Amino acid sequence: MEANPAVERGLRAARRSPGAAVVWAVAAVLFLDLLAKLAGVSLGPFSTPWFALWFGGDVPLSQFAGFAWDGVVIGAVIGLASIGLSLTYSILNFANFAHGDYLTAGAFSGWAATYVIAGIGGLLALAETFVNALTGLGQSRAGDVDLVSLVLLRTPPLDAGANIWLSPLAIVVGLAVAVAVTAGVALALDRVVYRPMRDADGISLLIASIGVAFTLRYLVAFVFGNSRRIVTSTEQLPSLDVAGAVTSAVPFLAPARSSVVVDLHEVTLVVVAALLMFGLHVLLQRTKLGKAMRAMADNRALAQVTGIPTERVIRSTWLIGAGMTGAAGYLLVLSQGGLGFQTGWLLLLLIFAAVIMGGIGSIYGAIAGGLVIGLASRVSLVWLQGDLSSFARPTAFALMILILLFRPSGIFGGVKTA
Amino acid sequence: MSESTARDALDPLRALFAHDAAKVTAMFLAIWALFYAFGTVLGYGNNGLLALVRRVTFLAAVYGIVVLALNIQWGYAGLFNIGVAGFMAVGAYTVSMLSGSPTGVPPGLGLPLPIGILGGMLAATVVGLVAALPALRLKADYLAIVTVALSEIIRITYNTPAFANITGGASGFDNLPTSPANALLLSDPSSTISEPTAVGEAVFSLFAQFGIQRFTAINTVYTVGVLVVLLVVYLVLERAGKSPFGRVLKAVREDETAAQSLGKDTQNFKVRAFALGCGLMGLAGILWFAMGPRASVTPVTFRPNITFYIFIALIIGGAGSNTGSVLGGALFASLLFEAPPVVRNIVTDAFDVSADPSNLIEALVPVAGGDLVPLAGFLLNNIDTLRFIGMGVLLVVLVQRRPDGLLGARKETAAGVSLAANTRPDRSDAAGNGGGDGE
Repeated sequence: MEANPAVERGLRAARRSPGAAVVWAVAAVLFLDLLAKLAGVSLGPFSTPWFALWFGGDVPLSQFAGFAWDGVVIGAVIGLASIGLSLTYSILNFANFAHGDYLTAGAFSGWAATYVIAGIGGLLALAETFVNALTGLGQSRAGDVDLVSLVLLRTPPLDAGANIWLSPLAIVVGLAVAVAVTAGVALALDRVVYRPMRDADGISLLIASIGVAFTLRYLVAFVFGNSRRIVTSTEQLPSLDVAGAVTSAVPFLAPARSSVVVDLHEVTLVVVAALLMFGLHVLLQRTKLGKAMRAMADNRALAQVTGIPTERVIRSTWLIGAGMTGAAGYLLVLSQGGLGFQTGWLLLLLIFAAVIMGGIGSIYGAIAGGLVIGLASRVSLVWLQGDLSSFARPTAFALMILILLFRPSGIFGGVKTA
Repeated sequence: MSESTARDALDPLRALFAHDAAKVTAMFLAIWALFYAFGTVLGYGNNGLLALVRRVTFLAAVYGIVVLALNIQWGYAGLFNIGVAGFMAVGAYTVSMLSGSPTGVPPGLGLPLPIGILGGMLAATVVGLVAALPALRLKADYLAIVTVALSEIIRITYNTPAFANITGGASGFDNLPTSPANALLLSDPSSTISEPTAVGEAVFSLFAQFGIQRFTAINTVYTVGVLVVLLVVYLVLERAGKSPFGRVLKAVREDETAAQSLGKDTQNFKVRAFALGCGLMGLAGILWFAMGPRASVTPVTFRPNITFYIFIALIIGGAGSNTGSVLGGALFASLLFEAPPVVRNIVTDAFDVSADPSNLIEALVPVAGGDLVPLAGFLLNNIDTLRFIGMGVLLVVLVQRRPDGLLGARKETAAGVSLAANTRPDRSDAAGNGGGDGE
């Protein structure tokens, strides 16, 4: 018998864990099916007792590219937000169910700042107003605008000029405010809620975080109201149909069958997210903080004995994690436009999925997990068309459950790289 | 089974029940008195008073049932299930699909209601088993994430337009089975104004003497039925908790390795406890949403929020005790859930707070000038939001200060005999013997 050793090894692995083998087999079939669909090859229908099954089909490459780009955009947000969750999960040893609401807090505070600045007419006008108010000289420009509805995000987006093309500086300041406020909120909550119960078990902390989630979410609703609103305006926003551009630039391609529109908000999101992730990478590689975090995630008591200032490391963890989450919330609204007090809560499970996929405690894993979850929830639309499209989120959840069941250490094998 | 063993098993149960029954009764009487007082202050007539008290009682009873179910999983077996909403949804949807009328939209199967209820509980149990078999191997916080994800998958599946002709999609399953209270009291259960049956005649005339309308009477009868179910579930679980099954569960909660080393198949016990709890959650979902007053089976109802309410109720009562679960459920439903809006109405009536600022800033600005009315008006108008903030704060405070529950540590010991009783040989005796040996 000239059995191929690779095949034999595969068979042995399949016999050892049949569940994982099934998952891999399904994944392989889906991948081949995707290739067939993109190539326009279709086999079938294979009739089953309930419905006809097609293999392959016809999915325009441009449509697939559109899904993939959407997936990257949402994946960048999830990846950014999951860094914080992964850090607190490994270092404080509990699943923080309030993490999604940190994201909401960041989004609301950041956009309130953006609205005020953009609404008054830029930073210069704001400074001028401030000086006028102090000295009593000149004409106040704040009188012209309704400051209250600006702060509470009730001005129509276009009137406020909430758009990176119309008021780029306001967006930058808003992002900074989102990071700062979220980090502040997280530190305050840690001081009040989590620090008194540092030695409690994970489930007690988890329950406390559910309480924090409720409080934070409905405080936001209390201040900003509980209606969902569109915050950004796409007026005059530069955007590009990538599919059209590519097909017209390369002469022998047929015109694209659907457009892939990429606008400046999405590009900003991906670029800023990548920069933040890179900055974090440098911070953790060049400072002792990363090493201290790794030590704490491994064994807190031992780290303390070795002289690591555990409380300070925990504070840094919250600062970094919550800051990234606040930025994620702000950027999410920048690209998607909608904002409500449940925004972060609805994203929480996807963030958990990303963290679990990357392996709890691994920052790079969390980023990669975010991208995978983002892509999975959008690219799955290739198969889930029409009425079935509402199953995109459950697909991501199911992926998470499968990972938990068959590979709880994450797809990268549980390498902790704080 | 001889008579003496039955008595042995029931004796400690009876002694304990006499004690706890008094507590639960006192709690319900206090709640009724409180809401009767609220209703009187609001100037309700007999009908309005009964409707108010009935609403609170109904909510307290259904919360009691579902908190009891959760207590089996978390309080006894230590399984952290935060997918309660999903299992209730499976129960409520299945009973509607099985027993809804075949001519309605979406069509049901038209099976008799008892079969539908059994089917609903069975479906919830099966879904629980499917989730439990692989997931119970996981760490507690992983199980939490898996269950909450599962409950969202269930909700989104019921919500999807793809299955709208079976589940009703986003607008929910409208074609609900007839409520047993209607079937008992009315000759045509689908119409409240139809001829009453013999039982209905008696009930309606009794209620009519106190000026209570037929609609309220029907709902009251249903609520009494739910209370009876609560009592039955409580008794069954109390009995199960004292049985070898319950004792093993408590042992698993205290120390799984120790229970394993005593030769118990802890995995098996955990799966059974999980399935039992899920079945009861299905029952609670049926009684709460699929039948009775203001029944509606819509996907929105089964958001994870409701799971967390149930958890708060269990933590208030103290996980690990059946009586605590019922008390916690009743306290949560009455004081935290139903009371705030009623109190708001009372305050608005009494102080004539007509100020209605549209946002917090407009409410806060006059405070600088000493005018508190706009702020008061704003707080009262947003009492629903404030209620949730309060729940969150309460949860944090409870976990920090009173992890055993507001009503004190009620965790039942795993041992079948009283651990306080001194079963050792007399101490002086032993000392004397020891001394004797030494000589």
